[in-house]
Amino acid sequence: MSSLDPSGEQGRSLWQDAIARLGQNRLAMLGLYLLAFMVIIALLTPWIAPYSYETQQLDLGAIAPNARHWFGTDTFGRDLLTRIMYGGRVSLAVGFIATAVALVIGVLWGAVAGYIGGRTDAVMMRIVDILYALPFMIFIILLMVVFGRSILLLFLAIGCVEWLTMARIVRGQVLALKQQEFIEAAVVIGLSHWQIIYRHIIPNILGPIIVYITLTIPSVMLLEAFLSFLGLGIQPPQSSWGLLISYGVETMEEYPWLLLFPGLVLSITLFALNFLGDGLRDALDPKASKD
Amino acid sequence: MLRFIIYRILQAIPVLLVVISATFILIRMAPGGPFDAEKAVSPYVLEKLNERYNLNAPLPEQLFDYISGIIKGDFGPSFKFPTRSVTEMIATGLPITFELAFYAMLVALLIGITAGLVAAIRPNTAQDYVPMSVAMIGICMPSFLMGPILVLIFGIWLEWLPVSGWGYSAGDKILPAITLGSTYAAYIARLTRGGMLEVLSQDYIRTARAKGLPTRTIIFKHALKGGLLPVVSFLGPAIAGLLSGSFVVETIFQIPGLGRFYVQAAFNRDYTMIMGTTIFFSMLIIFFNLISDIIAAYLNPRIKLGGEG
Repeated sequence: MSSLDPSGEQGRSLWQDAIARLGQNRLAMLGLYLLAFMVIIALLTPWIAPYSYETQQLDLGAIAPNARHWFGTDTFGRDLLTRIMYGGRVSLAVGFIATAVALVIGVLWGAVAGYIGGRTDAVMMRIVDILYALPFMIFIILLMVVFGRSILLLFLAIGCVEWLTMARIVRGQVLALKQQEFIEAAVVIGLSHWQIIYRHIIPNILGPIIVYITLTIPSVMLLEAFLSFLGLGIQPPQSSWGLLISYGVETMEEYPWLLLFPGLVLSITLFALNFLGDGLRDALDPKASKD
Repeated sequence: MLRFIIYRILQAIPVLLVVISATFILIRMAPGGPFDAEKAVSPYVLEKLNERYNLNAPLPEQLFDYISGIIKGDFGPSFKFPTRSVTEMIATGLPITFELAFYAMLVALLIGITAGLVAAIRPNTAQDYVPMSVAMIGICMPSFLMGPILVLIFGIWLEWLPVSGWGYSAGDKILPAITLGSTYAAYIARLTRGGMLEVLSQDYIRTARAKGLPTRTIIFKHALKGGLLPVVSFLGPAIAGLLSGSFVVETIFQIPGLGRFYVQAAFNRDYTMIMGTTIFFSMLIIFFNLISDIIAAYLNPRIKLGGEG
Protein backbone atom coordinates (compact mmCIF):
# COMPACT_ATOMS: atom_id res chain seq x y z
CA MET A 1 0.00 0.00 0.00
CA SER A 2 2.42 2.69 -1.11
CA SER A 3 0.58 5.90 -1.49
CA LEU A 4 1.95 9.22 -2.67
CA ASP A 5 -1.15 10.96 -1.50
CA PRO A 6 -0.18 12.70 1.76
CA SER A 7 -3.58 12.15 3.25
CA GLY A 8 -3.07 8.45 2.71
CA GLU A 9 -6.53 8.10 1.25
CA GLN A 10 -7.63 8.39 -2.34
CA GLY A 11 -11.01 9.61 -3.43
CA ARG A 12 -13.20 7.12 -5.19
CA SER A 13 -15.30 8.01 -8.19
CA LEU A 14 -18.95 7.04 -8.35
CA TRP A 15 -18.06 4.35 -10.87
CA GLN A 16 -15.40 2.84 -8.65
CA ASP A 17 -17.93 2.84 -5.85
CA ALA A 18 -20.45 1.05 -8.02
CA ILE A 19 -17.92 -1.54 -9.18
CA ALA A 20 -16.95 -2.21 -5.57
CA ARG A 21 -20.59 -2.68 -4.63
CA LEU A 22 -21.11 -5.02 -7.57
CA GLY A 23 -18.05 -7.02 -6.54
CA GLN A 24 -19.63 -7.73 -3.18
CA ASN A 25 -22.80 -9.12 -4.73
CA ARG A 26 -21.99 -12.81 -5.13
CA LEU A 27 -24.98 -13.72 -7.26
CA ALA A 28 -24.36 -10.83 -9.64
CA MET A 29 -20.66 -11.74 -9.96
CA LEU A 30 -21.60 -15.37 -10.61
CA GLY A 31 -23.93 -14.10 -13.32
CA LEU A 32 -21.14 -11.98 -14.78
CA TYR A 33 -18.70 -14.91 -14.88
CA LEU A 34 -21.27 -17.27 -16.39
CA LEU A 35 -22.15 -14.71 -19.04
CA ALA A 36 -18.49 -14.04 -19.84
CA PHE A 37 -17.95 -17.79 -20.14
CA MET A 38 -20.88 -18.16 -22.55
CA VAL A 39 -19.72 -15.22 -24.68
CA ILE A 40 -16.13 -16.49 -24.89
CA ILE A 41 -17.32 -19.98 -25.85
CA ALA A 42 -19.63 -18.48 -28.48
CA LEU A 43 -16.83 -16.37 -29.96
CA LEU A 44 -14.37 -19.28 -30.08
CA THR A 45 -16.86 -21.91 -31.26
CA PRO A 46 -15.58 -22.31 -34.84
CA TRP A 47 -12.14 -23.23 -33.45
CA ILE A 48 -12.98 -25.22 -30.35
CA ALA A 49 -16.16 -27.08 -31.31
CA PRO A 50 -15.45 -30.80 -30.80
CA TYR A 51 -17.26 -31.92 -33.96
CA SER A 52 -18.53 -30.50 -37.22
CA TYR A 53 -21.84 -28.69 -37.08
CA GLU A 54 -23.48 -30.36 -40.06
CA THR A 55 -21.87 -33.75 -40.56
CA GLN A 56 -24.48 -36.41 -39.99
CA GLN A 57 -23.65 -39.89 -38.79
CA LEU A 58 -26.91 -41.59 -39.49
CA ASP A 59 -25.59 -45.02 -38.44
CA LEU A 60 -24.73 -43.52 -35.06
CA GLY A 61 -28.22 -42.14 -34.44
CA ALA A 62 -29.22 -40.57 -31.16
CA ILE A 63 -26.96 -41.79 -28.39
CA ALA A 64 -27.09 -40.76 -24.75
CA PRO A 65 -24.37 -38.53 -23.26
CA ASN A 66 -21.05 -40.36 -22.96
CA ALA A 67 -17.33 -39.66 -22.81
CA ARG A 68 -17.02 -38.93 -26.54
CA HIS A 69 -20.22 -36.92 -26.87
CA TRP A 70 -20.69 -35.11 -23.56
CA PHE A 71 -24.23 -33.99 -24.35
CA GLY A 72 -25.09 -37.00 -26.56
CA THR A 73 -26.05 -36.84 -30.22
CA ASP A 74 -29.30 -36.05 -32.03
CA THR A 75 -31.29 -38.37 -34.27
CA PHE A 76 -28.99 -37.61 -37.21
CA GLY A 77 -25.93 -38.49 -35.15
CA ARG A 78 -24.83 -34.87 -34.83
CA ASP A 79 -22.98 -33.91 -31.65
CA LEU A 80 -25.40 -31.98 -29.41
CA LEU A 81 -22.69 -30.00 -27.60
CA THR A 82 -21.45 -28.67 -30.93
CA ARG A 83 -24.95 -27.73 -31.99
CA ILE A 84 -25.62 -25.96 -28.69
CA MET A 85 -22.38 -24.02 -29.10
CA TYR A 86 -23.33 -22.88 -32.60
CA GLY A 87 -26.92 -22.20 -31.54
CA GLY A 88 -25.61 -20.06 -28.70
CA ARG A 89 -23.81 -17.84 -31.22
CA VAL A 90 -27.16 -17.05 -32.84
CA SER A 91 -29.10 -16.68 -29.59
CA LEU A 92 -26.51 -14.40 -28.02
CA ALA A 93 -26.11 -12.41 -31.24
CA VAL A 94 -29.85 -11.80 -31.40
CA GLY A 95 -29.79 -10.75 -27.75
CA PHE A 96 -26.94 -8.29 -28.18
CA ILE A 97 -27.73 -6.89 -31.63
CA ALA A 98 -31.47 -6.42 -31.08
CA THR A 99 -30.71 -4.74 -27.75
CA ALA A 100 -28.22 -2.48 -29.54
CA VAL A 101 -30.92 -1.48 -32.04
CA ALA A 102 -33.32 -0.76 -29.16
CA LEU A 103 -30.57 1.18 -27.40
CA VAL A 104 -29.83 3.48 -30.32
CA ILE A 105 -33.47 4.28 -31.10
CA GLY A 106 -34.51 4.55 -27.44
CA VAL A 107 -31.65 6.77 -26.31
CA LEU A 108 -31.95 9.12 -29.28
CA TRP A 109 -35.72 9.37 -29.01
CA GLY A 110 -35.73 9.86 -25.24
CA ALA A 111 -32.82 12.29 -25.24
CA VAL A 112 -34.29 14.45 -28.00
CA ALA A 113 -37.76 14.47 -26.40
CA GLY A 114 -36.43 15.29 -22.95
CA TYR A 115 -33.91 17.85 -24.18
CA ILE A 116 -36.20 19.84 -26.46
CA GLY A 117 -39.17 19.49 -24.11
CA GLY A 118 -42.43 21.35 -24.57
CA ARG A 119 -44.75 20.37 -27.36
CA THR A 120 -42.19 18.20 -29.19
CA ASP A 121 -41.75 16.20 -26.02
CA ALA A 122 -45.50 15.82 -25.58
CA VAL A 123 -45.98 14.58 -29.15
CA MET A 124 -43.02 12.21 -29.02
CA MET A 125 -44.07 10.67 -25.72
CA ARG A 126 -47.68 10.37 -26.89
CA ILE A 127 -46.38 8.27 -29.78
CA VAL A 128 -44.51 6.09 -27.28
CA ASP A 129 -47.70 5.73 -25.22
CA ILE A 130 -49.71 4.59 -28.23
CA LEU A 131 -47.03 2.12 -29.32
CA TYR A 132 -46.87 0.84 -25.77
CA ALA A 133 -50.49 -0.22 -25.90
CA LEU A 134 -49.89 -2.40 -28.98
CA PRO A 135 -49.50 -6.13 -28.50
CA PHE A 136 -45.98 -6.43 -29.84
CA MET A 137 -45.51 -10.14 -29.73
CA ILE A 138 -48.28 -10.34 -32.28
CA PHE A 139 -46.78 -7.60 -34.39
CA ILE A 140 -43.40 -9.28 -34.55
CA ILE A 141 -45.08 -12.48 -35.74
CA LEU A 142 -46.95 -10.41 -38.31
CA LEU A 143 -43.69 -8.82 -39.51
CA MET A 144 -42.01 -12.21 -39.77
CA VAL A 145 -44.92 -13.55 -41.83
CA VAL A 146 -45.14 -10.56 -44.15
CA PHE A 147 -41.45 -10.01 -44.82
CA GLY A 148 -40.17 -13.56 -44.62
CA ARG A 149 -38.28 -15.16 -41.77
CA SER A 150 -34.85 -13.63 -42.09
CA ILE A 151 -32.49 -13.28 -39.17
CA LEU A 152 -31.77 -9.65 -40.03
CA LEU A 153 -35.45 -8.81 -39.83
CA LEU A 154 -35.62 -10.58 -36.48
CA PHE A 155 -32.91 -8.27 -35.10
CA LEU A 156 -34.71 -5.21 -36.43
CA ALA A 157 -38.22 -6.26 -35.45
CA ILE A 158 -37.28 -7.11 -31.88
CA GLY A 159 -35.09 -4.02 -31.58
CA CYS A 160 -37.89 -1.83 -32.87
CA VAL A 161 -40.29 -2.98 -30.14
CA GLU A 162 -37.89 -2.96 -27.21
CA TRP A 163 -36.85 0.70 -27.46
CA LEU A 164 -39.97 2.13 -25.83
CA THR A 165 -39.01 1.59 -22.20
CA MET A 166 -35.51 2.83 -22.96
CA ALA A 167 -36.96 6.04 -24.43
CA ARG A 168 -39.06 6.61 -21.32
CA ILE A 169 -36.19 6.05 -18.92
CA VAL A 170 -33.81 8.29 -20.87
CA ARG A 171 -36.36 11.08 -21.23
CA GLY A 172 -37.05 11.13 -17.50
CA GLN A 173 -33.35 11.34 -16.70
CA VAL A 174 -32.72 14.04 -19.29
CA LEU A 175 -35.58 16.16 -17.97
CA ALA A 176 -34.06 16.00 -14.50
CA LEU A 177 -30.53 16.73 -15.75
CA LYS A 178 -31.58 19.71 -17.81
CA GLN A 179 -32.38 21.65 -14.65
CA GLN A 180 -28.86 21.34 -13.31
CA GLU A 181 -26.33 24.17 -13.27
CA PHE A 182 -23.60 22.48 -15.26
CA ILE A 183 -25.90 22.14 -18.25
CA GLU A 184 -26.80 25.82 -17.98
CA ALA A 185 -23.10 26.58 -17.82
CA ALA A 186 -22.53 24.54 -20.98
CA VAL A 187 -25.26 26.50 -22.75
CA VAL A 188 -23.75 29.79 -21.58
CA ILE A 189 -20.28 29.01 -22.90
CA GLY A 190 -21.88 28.35 -26.28
CA LEU A 191 -21.70 24.59 -26.78
CA SER A 192 -23.97 23.29 -29.53
CA HIS A 193 -26.97 21.15 -28.60
CA TRP A 194 -25.36 18.01 -29.96
CA GLN A 195 -22.21 18.67 -27.98
CA ILE A 196 -24.25 19.09 -24.82
CA ILE A 197 -26.24 15.90 -25.43
CA TYR A 198 -23.18 13.92 -26.42
CA ARG A 199 -20.64 15.20 -23.89
CA HIS A 200 -22.75 16.04 -20.86
CA ILE A 201 -26.11 14.38 -20.96
CA ILE A 202 -25.37 10.89 -22.24
CA PRO A 203 -22.40 10.21 -19.93
CA ASN A 204 -24.58 11.19 -16.98
CA ILE A 205 -27.39 8.80 -17.80
CA LEU A 206 -25.13 5.82 -18.49
CA GLY A 207 -26.02 4.10 -15.21
CA PRO A 208 -29.73 3.51 -15.81
CA ILE A 209 -28.99 2.71 -19.45
CA ILE A 210 -26.51 -0.03 -18.52
CA VAL A 211 -28.96 -1.52 -16.04
CA TYR A 212 -31.73 -1.53 -18.58
CA ILE A 213 -29.46 -3.10 -21.23
CA THR A 214 -28.70 -6.07 -18.98
CA LEU A 215 -32.40 -6.56 -18.35
CA THR A 216 -33.36 -6.17 -22.03
CA ILE A 217 -30.93 -8.78 -23.34
CA PRO A 218 -32.62 -11.70 -21.55
CA SER A 219 -36.10 -10.61 -22.57
CA VAL A 220 -34.94 -10.32 -26.19
CA MET A 221 -33.32 -13.76 -26.06
CA LEU A 222 -36.52 -15.15 -24.61
CA LEU A 223 -38.52 -13.56 -27.42
CA GLU A 224 -36.23 -15.05 -30.05
CA ALA A 225 -36.43 -18.49 -28.46
CA PHE A 226 -40.21 -18.18 -28.27
CA LEU A 227 -40.48 -17.33 -31.98
CA SER A 228 -37.99 -20.00 -33.02
CA PHE A 229 -39.85 -22.53 -30.94
CA LEU A 230 -43.04 -21.73 -32.87
CA GLY A 231 -41.09 -22.04 -36.13
CA LEU A 232 -41.47 -18.34 -36.85
CA GLY A 233 -37.97 -17.21 -35.89
CA ILE A 234 -34.58 -18.64 -36.84
CA GLN A 235 -34.88 -21.08 -39.76
CA PRO A 236 -32.80 -24.22 -40.32
CA PRO A 237 -30.01 -24.88 -41.26
CA GLN A 238 -29.24 -22.01 -38.88
CA SER A 239 -29.87 -22.90 -35.29
CA SER A 240 -30.58 -21.27 -31.98
CA TRP A 241 -31.34 -22.50 -28.50
CA GLY A 242 -35.06 -21.99 -29.06
CA LEU A 243 -34.95 -24.09 -32.22
CA LEU A 244 -32.94 -26.84 -30.51
CA ILE A 245 -35.52 -26.92 -27.71
CA SER A 246 -38.33 -27.28 -30.23
CA TYR A 247 -36.49 -30.22 -31.87
CA GLY A 248 -35.89 -31.65 -28.43
CA VAL A 249 -39.60 -31.56 -27.66
CA GLU A 250 -40.39 -33.69 -30.71
CA THR A 251 -38.21 -36.55 -29.52
CA MET A 252 -38.19 -36.02 -25.76
CA GLU A 253 -39.95 -39.29 -25.05
CA GLU A 254 -37.09 -41.41 -26.40
CA TYR A 255 -34.19 -38.95 -26.12
CA PRO A 256 -34.86 -36.55 -23.23
CA TRP A 257 -31.31 -35.15 -23.29
CA LEU A 258 -32.08 -33.43 -26.60
CA LEU A 259 -34.58 -31.26 -24.68
CA LEU A 260 -32.84 -30.99 -21.31
CA PHE A 261 -29.40 -29.74 -22.36
CA PRO A 262 -30.47 -26.88 -24.65
CA GLY A 263 -33.13 -25.94 -22.08
CA LEU A 264 -30.60 -25.94 -19.26
CA VAL A 265 -28.15 -23.78 -21.20
CA LEU A 266 -30.85 -21.24 -22.12
CA SER A 267 -32.17 -21.09 -18.54
CA ILE A 268 -28.69 -20.66 -17.05
CA THR A 269 -27.94 -17.80 -19.43
CA LEU A 270 -31.23 -16.06 -18.62
CA PHE A 271 -30.53 -16.58 -14.92
CA ALA A 272 -27.06 -15.08 -15.25
CA LEU A 273 -28.34 -12.03 -17.10
CA ASN A 274 -31.20 -11.41 -14.66
CA PHE A 275 -28.95 -11.69 -11.60
CA LEU A 276 -26.37 -9.42 -13.21
CA GLY A 277 -29.07 -6.90 -14.08
CA ASP A 278 -30.46 -6.90 -10.54
CA GLY A 279 -26.96 -6.57 -9.12
CA LEU A 280 -26.09 -3.69 -11.43
CA ARG A 281 -29.29 -1.91 -10.47
CA ASP A 282 -28.43 -2.20 -6.81
CA ALA A 283 -24.83 -1.14 -7.45
CA LEU A 284 -25.47 1.84 -9.72
CA ASP A 285 -28.57 3.13 -8.04
CA PRO A 286 -28.51 2.26 -4.35
CA LYS A 287 -31.72 4.21 -3.80
CA ALA A 288 -33.79 2.05 -6.13
CA SER A 289 -35.82 -0.47 -4.23
CA LYS A 290 -35.49 -4.18 -4.81
CA ASP A 291 -38.88 -4.82 -6.32
CA MET B 1 -63.53 8.68 -11.60
CA LEU B 2 -66.06 8.74 -14.42
CA ARG B 3 -63.95 11.31 -16.24
CA PHE B 4 -60.96 9.02 -15.90
CA ILE B 5 -62.85 6.06 -17.34
CA ILE B 6 -64.18 8.09 -20.27
CA TYR B 7 -60.74 9.55 -20.90
CA ARG B 8 -59.15 6.09 -20.96
CA ILE B 9 -61.82 4.75 -23.30
CA LEU B 10 -61.35 7.68 -25.66
CA GLN B 11 -57.61 7.08 -25.53
CA ALA B 12 -58.09 3.47 -26.60
CA ILE B 13 -59.88 4.41 -29.82
CA PRO B 14 -56.91 5.96 -31.69
CA VAL B 15 -54.78 3.04 -30.53
CA LEU B 16 -57.26 0.62 -32.05
CA LEU B 17 -57.40 2.57 -35.30
CA VAL B 18 -53.60 2.54 -35.47
CA VAL B 19 -53.59 -1.22 -34.89
CA ILE B 20 -56.16 -1.89 -37.59
CA SER B 21 -54.59 0.41 -40.18
CA ALA B 22 -51.04 -0.77 -39.47
CA THR B 23 -52.07 -4.42 -39.71
CA PHE B 24 -54.03 -3.79 -42.88
CA ILE B 25 -51.19 -1.90 -44.58
CA LEU B 26 -48.58 -4.42 -43.47
CA ILE B 27 -50.55 -7.30 -44.94
CA ARG B 28 -51.01 -5.37 -48.20
CA MET B 29 -47.26 -4.75 -48.29
CA ALA B 30 -46.57 -8.48 -48.27
CA PRO B 31 -44.69 -9.40 -51.43
CA GLY B 32 -46.90 -10.90 -54.16
CA GLY B 33 -50.67 -10.96 -54.44
CA PRO B 34 -52.68 -13.23 -52.19
CA PHE B 35 -53.37 -15.69 -55.02
CA ASP B 36 -49.85 -15.90 -56.47
CA ALA B 37 -49.10 -19.13 -54.69
CA GLU B 38 -52.08 -20.95 -56.18
CA LYS B 39 -51.77 -22.62 -59.56
CA ALA B 40 -52.35 -20.20 -62.42
CA VAL B 41 -55.96 -19.06 -62.47
CA SER B 42 -57.82 -17.68 -65.46
CA PRO B 43 -58.31 -13.90 -65.62
CA TYR B 44 -62.02 -14.43 -65.07
CA VAL B 45 -61.52 -16.42 -61.89
CA LEU B 46 -58.92 -13.93 -60.67
CA GLU B 47 -61.41 -11.14 -61.28
CA LYS B 48 -64.05 -13.02 -59.29
CA LEU B 49 -61.59 -13.71 -56.47
CA ASN B 50 -60.56 -10.06 -56.32
CA GLU B 51 -64.20 -9.15 -56.19
CA ARG B 52 -64.94 -11.60 -53.41
CA TYR B 53 -62.08 -10.34 -51.28
CA ASN B 54 -62.80 -6.71 -52.19
CA LEU B 55 -59.35 -6.13 -53.72
CA ASN B 56 -60.46 -3.93 -56.63
CA ALA B 57 -61.48 -0.89 -54.64
CA PRO B 58 -58.91 1.82 -53.87
CA LEU B 59 -56.90 1.07 -50.73
CA PRO B 60 -58.48 3.71 -48.42
CA GLU B 61 -61.92 2.43 -49.39
CA GLN B 62 -60.89 -1.18 -48.70
CA LEU B 63 -59.62 -0.11 -45.29
CA PHE B 64 -62.85 1.76 -44.59
CA ASP B 65 -64.94 -1.26 -45.63
CA TYR B 66 -62.79 -3.51 -43.47
CA ILE B 67 -63.20 -1.31 -40.40
CA SER B 68 -66.97 -1.00 -40.84
CA GLY B 69 -67.06 -4.80 -41.22
CA ILE B 70 -65.22 -5.21 -37.92
CA ILE B 71 -67.66 -2.89 -36.15
CA LYS B 72 -70.41 -5.25 -37.29
CA GLY B 73 -68.34 -8.21 -36.10
CA ASP B 74 -67.36 -9.39 -39.60
CA PHE B 75 -63.65 -10.03 -40.12
CA GLY B 76 -64.07 -11.29 -43.69
CA PRO B 77 -63.50 -14.73 -45.20
CA SER B 78 -60.38 -16.83 -44.67
CA PHE B 79 -57.98 -16.97 -47.65
CA LYS B 80 -56.99 -20.56 -47.06
CA PHE B 81 -60.34 -22.02 -46.11
CA PRO B 82 -62.76 -20.06 -48.32
CA THR B 83 -65.80 -21.73 -46.82
CA ARG B 84 -65.02 -20.52 -43.30
CA SER B 85 -65.06 -16.96 -42.10
CA VAL B 86 -62.50 -15.49 -39.76
CA THR B 87 -65.27 -14.57 -37.32
CA GLU B 88 -66.37 -18.21 -37.23
CA MET B 89 -62.84 -19.40 -36.41
CA ILE B 90 -62.51 -16.79 -33.68
CA ALA B 91 -65.86 -17.89 -32.25
CA THR B 92 -64.71 -21.53 -32.09
CA GLY B 93 -61.28 -20.85 -30.64
CA LEU B 94 -61.96 -18.02 -28.25
CA PRO B 95 -63.94 -19.85 -25.53
CA ILE B 96 -61.21 -22.47 -25.28
CA THR B 97 -58.45 -19.88 -25.04
CA PHE B 98 -60.41 -17.95 -22.44
CA GLU B 99 -60.97 -21.07 -20.37
CA LEU B 100 -57.26 -21.88 -20.52
CA ALA B 101 -56.30 -18.30 -19.61
CA PHE B 102 -58.80 -18.33 -16.75
CA TYR B 103 -57.40 -21.49 -15.18
CA ALA B 104 -53.87 -20.23 -15.72
CA MET B 105 -54.72 -16.96 -13.99
CA LEU B 106 -56.25 -18.89 -11.12
CA VAL B 107 -53.06 -20.92 -10.75
CA ALA B 108 -50.94 -17.77 -10.97
CA LEU B 109 -52.95 -15.85 -8.37
CA LEU B 110 -53.27 -18.73 -5.90
CA ILE B 111 -49.62 -19.74 -5.99
CA GLY B 112 -48.25 -16.24 -6.49
CA ILE B 113 -50.13 -14.49 -3.69
CA THR B 114 -49.58 -17.33 -1.24
CA ALA B 115 -45.84 -17.46 -1.95
CA GLY B 116 -45.55 -13.67 -1.79
CA LEU B 117 -47.39 -13.51 1.55
CA VAL B 118 -45.31 -16.31 3.04
CA ALA B 119 -42.15 -14.49 1.97
CA ALA B 120 -43.28 -11.06 3.18
CA ILE B 121 -44.29 -12.23 6.66
CA ARG B 122 -40.71 -13.15 7.54
CA PRO B 123 -38.43 -11.26 5.16
CA ASN B 124 -34.77 -12.26 4.81
CA THR B 125 -35.25 -15.68 6.34
CA ALA B 126 -35.42 -19.08 4.69
CA GLN B 127 -39.18 -18.57 4.50
CA ASP B 128 -38.44 -15.62 2.21
CA TYR B 129 -35.46 -16.93 0.22
CA VAL B 130 -36.89 -20.31 -0.76
CA PRO B 131 -40.13 -19.10 -2.44
CA MET B 132 -38.32 -16.15 -4.04
CA SER B 133 -35.61 -18.39 -5.49
CA VAL B 134 -38.27 -20.68 -6.89
CA ALA B 135 -39.95 -17.59 -8.34
CA MET B 136 -36.70 -16.60 -10.04
CA ILE B 137 -36.55 -20.06 -11.61
CA GLY B 138 -40.15 -19.61 -12.76
CA ILE B 139 -39.24 -16.33 -14.44
CA CYS B 140 -36.14 -17.71 -16.14
CA MET B 141 -37.78 -20.91 -17.33
CA PRO B 142 -39.83 -20.06 -20.42
CA SER B 143 -43.19 -21.76 -20.92
CA PHE B 144 -42.00 -23.64 -24.00
CA LEU B 145 -39.46 -25.33 -21.76
CA MET B 146 -41.58 -25.66 -18.63
CA GLY B 147 -44.45 -27.29 -20.59
CA PRO B 148 -42.47 -30.11 -22.21
CA ILE B 149 -40.58 -30.81 -18.99
CA LEU B 150 -43.84 -31.10 -17.04
CA VAL B 151 -45.21 -33.38 -19.77
CA LEU B 152 -42.06 -35.49 -19.62
CA ILE B 153 -42.22 -35.87 -15.83
CA PHE B 154 -45.96 -36.11 -15.09
CA GLY B 155 -47.25 -37.33 -18.43
CA ILE B 156 -44.65 -39.74 -19.74
CA TRP B 157 -42.51 -40.92 -16.83
CA LEU B 158 -45.02 -40.93 -13.97
CA GLU B 159 -48.10 -41.31 -16.21
CA TRP B 160 -50.20 -39.26 -13.78
CA LEU B 161 -51.73 -36.86 -16.28
CA PRO B 162 -52.63 -36.84 -19.99
CA VAL B 163 -49.95 -35.32 -22.25
CA SER B 164 -52.27 -33.42 -24.60
CA GLY B 165 -55.84 -32.57 -25.50
CA TRP B 166 -58.45 -30.33 -23.96
CA GLY B 167 -61.56 -31.78 -22.36
CA TYR B 168 -61.06 -35.28 -23.81
CA SER B 169 -59.87 -37.03 -20.68
CA ALA B 170 -59.92 -36.25 -16.98
CA GLY B 171 -57.21 -33.92 -15.82
CA ASP B 172 -55.96 -32.89 -19.25
CA LYS B 173 -56.47 -29.24 -18.36
CA ILE B 174 -54.11 -29.32 -15.39
CA LEU B 175 -50.73 -29.31 -17.12
CA PRO B 176 -51.59 -26.58 -19.67
CA ALA B 177 -52.96 -24.33 -16.91
CA ILE B 178 -49.87 -24.80 -14.74
CA THR B 179 -47.52 -24.29 -17.70
CA LEU B 180 -49.19 -21.06 -18.74
CA GLY B 181 -49.66 -19.79 -15.19
CA SER B 182 -46.22 -20.52 -13.72
CA THR B 183 -44.36 -17.49 -15.09
CA TYR B 184 -47.10 -15.18 -13.87
CA ALA B 185 -47.22 -16.91 -10.51
CA ALA B 186 -43.55 -16.01 -10.19
CA TYR B 187 -44.08 -12.35 -11.08
CA ILE B 188 -47.12 -12.10 -8.81
CA ALA B 189 -45.14 -13.62 -5.93
CA ARG B 190 -42.46 -10.96 -6.32
CA LEU B 191 -45.00 -8.16 -6.63
CA THR B 192 -47.01 -9.37 -3.62
CA ARG B 193 -43.89 -9.59 -1.51
CA GLY B 194 -42.79 -6.08 -2.49
CA GLY B 195 -46.24 -4.58 -1.99
CA MET B 196 -46.79 -6.29 1.36
CA LEU B 197 -43.37 -5.30 2.70
CA GLU B 198 -44.11 -1.69 1.90
CA VAL B 199 -47.55 -1.73 3.50
CA LEU B 200 -46.36 -3.64 6.57
CA SER B 201 -43.84 -0.89 7.32
CA GLN B 202 -46.52 1.79 7.53
CA ASP B 203 -47.79 3.50 10.65
CA TYR B 204 -51.31 2.15 10.64
CA ILE B 205 -49.99 -1.38 10.68
CA ARG B 206 -47.81 -0.50 13.66
CA THR B 207 -50.89 0.91 15.34
CA ALA B 208 -52.77 -2.31 14.66
CA ARG B 209 -49.90 -4.31 16.12
CA ALA B 210 -49.78 -2.02 19.15
CA LYS B 211 -53.47 -2.63 19.69
CA GLY B 212 -52.53 -6.27 20.01
CA LEU B 213 -54.37 -7.58 16.98
CA PRO B 214 -53.28 -11.06 15.91
CA THR B 215 -50.93 -11.18 12.91
CA ARG B 216 -53.56 -12.99 10.88
CA THR B 217 -56.08 -10.17 11.27
CA ILE B 218 -53.47 -7.54 10.48
CA ILE B 219 -52.38 -9.29 7.31
CA PHE B 220 -55.77 -10.20 5.93
CA LYS B 221 -57.92 -7.32 7.16
CA HIS B 222 -55.54 -4.39 7.02
CA ALA B 223 -52.50 -5.01 4.87
CA LEU B 224 -53.72 -7.19 2.03
CA LYS B 225 -55.79 -4.60 0.16
CA GLY B 226 -52.94 -2.13 -0.12
CA GLY B 227 -50.31 -4.78 -0.56
CA LEU B 228 -52.00 -6.31 -3.56
CA LEU B 229 -52.16 -3.04 -5.53
CA PRO B 230 -49.05 -3.80 -7.58
CA VAL B 231 -50.61 -7.17 -8.45
CA VAL B 232 -53.79 -5.49 -9.69
CA SER B 233 -51.82 -3.14 -11.95
CA PHE B 234 -49.96 -6.16 -13.26
CA LEU B 235 -53.16 -8.03 -14.20
CA GLY B 236 -53.67 -6.15 -17.48
CA PRO B 237 -50.18 -6.88 -18.86
CA ALA B 238 -50.45 -10.39 -17.41
CA ILE B 239 -53.59 -11.14 -19.39
CA ALA B 240 -51.89 -9.81 -22.52
CA GLY B 241 -49.01 -12.15 -21.72
CA LEU B 242 -51.36 -15.07 -21.10
CA LEU B 243 -52.94 -14.57 -24.51
CA SER B 244 -49.60 -14.61 -26.35
CA GLY B 245 -48.45 -17.42 -24.06
CA SER B 246 -51.45 -19.39 -25.31
CA PHE B 247 -49.69 -19.60 -28.73
CA VAL B 248 -47.03 -21.84 -27.23
CA VAL B 249 -49.12 -23.75 -24.71
CA GLU B 250 -51.88 -24.53 -27.20
CA THR B 251 -49.25 -25.72 -29.67
CA ILE B 252 -47.50 -27.95 -27.12
CA PHE B 253 -50.69 -29.50 -25.75
CA GLN B 254 -52.60 -29.51 -29.07
CA ILE B 255 -55.44 -27.41 -27.75
CA PRO B 256 -57.78 -26.14 -30.49
CA GLY B 257 -57.87 -22.55 -29.24
CA LEU B 258 -57.36 -19.19 -30.86
CA GLY B 259 -53.63 -19.18 -30.17
CA ARG B 260 -53.08 -22.32 -32.20
CA PHE B 261 -55.26 -20.98 -35.02
CA TYR B 262 -53.07 -17.90 -35.04
CA VAL B 263 -49.81 -19.84 -35.24
CA GLN B 264 -51.23 -22.07 -37.97
CA ALA B 265 -52.46 -19.04 -39.92
CA ALA B 266 -48.98 -17.55 -39.64
CA PHE B 267 -47.54 -20.78 -41.04
CA ASN B 268 -50.07 -21.02 -43.87
CA ARG B 269 -49.78 -17.32 -44.67
CA ASP B 270 -53.53 -17.08 -44.37
CA TYR B 271 -53.47 -13.29 -44.60
CA THR B 272 -57.07 -12.49 -43.71
CA MET B 273 -56.95 -14.88 -40.78
CA ILE B 274 -53.72 -13.31 -39.47
CA MET B 275 -55.16 -9.85 -39.96
CA GLY B 276 -58.39 -10.75 -38.19
CA THR B 277 -56.79 -12.49 -35.24
CA THR B 278 -54.12 -9.81 -34.84
CA ILE B 279 -56.76 -7.13 -34.61
CA PHE B 280 -58.92 -9.25 -32.36
CA PHE B 281 -56.06 -10.02 -29.98
CA SER B 282 -55.14 -6.33 -29.93
CA MET B 283 -58.68 -5.38 -29.04
CA LEU B 284 -58.71 -7.90 -26.20
CA ILE B 285 -55.39 -6.73 -24.83
CA ILE B 286 -56.31 -3.06 -24.99
CA PHE B 287 -59.61 -3.87 -23.30
CA PHE B 288 -58.01 -5.78 -20.43
CA ASN B 289 -55.40 -3.06 -19.92
CA LEU B 290 -58.26 -0.59 -19.66
CA ILE B 291 -60.07 -2.71 -17.08
CA SER B 292 -57.00 -3.22 -14.94
CA ASP B 293 -56.21 0.53 -15.02
CA ILE B 294 -59.72 1.30 -13.88
CA ILE B 295 -59.63 -1.27 -11.06
CA ALA B 296 -56.25 0.04 -9.92
CA ALA B 297 -57.57 3.61 -9.91
CA TYR B 298 -60.62 2.48 -7.96
CA LEU B 299 -58.55 0.69 -5.33
CA ASN B 300 -56.08 3.51 -4.91
CA PRO B 301 -57.59 6.99 -4.85
CA ARG B 302 -54.12 8.51 -4.70
CA ILE B 303 -53.21 7.17 -8.14
CA LYS B 304 -52.74 9.99 -10.61
CA LEU B 305 -55.71 10.08 -12.96
CA GLY B 306 -54.35 10.74 -16.44
CA GLY B 307 -57.37 12.81 -17.51
CA GLU B 308 -56.84 15.40 -14.83
CA GLY B 309 -53.18 15.96 -15.68
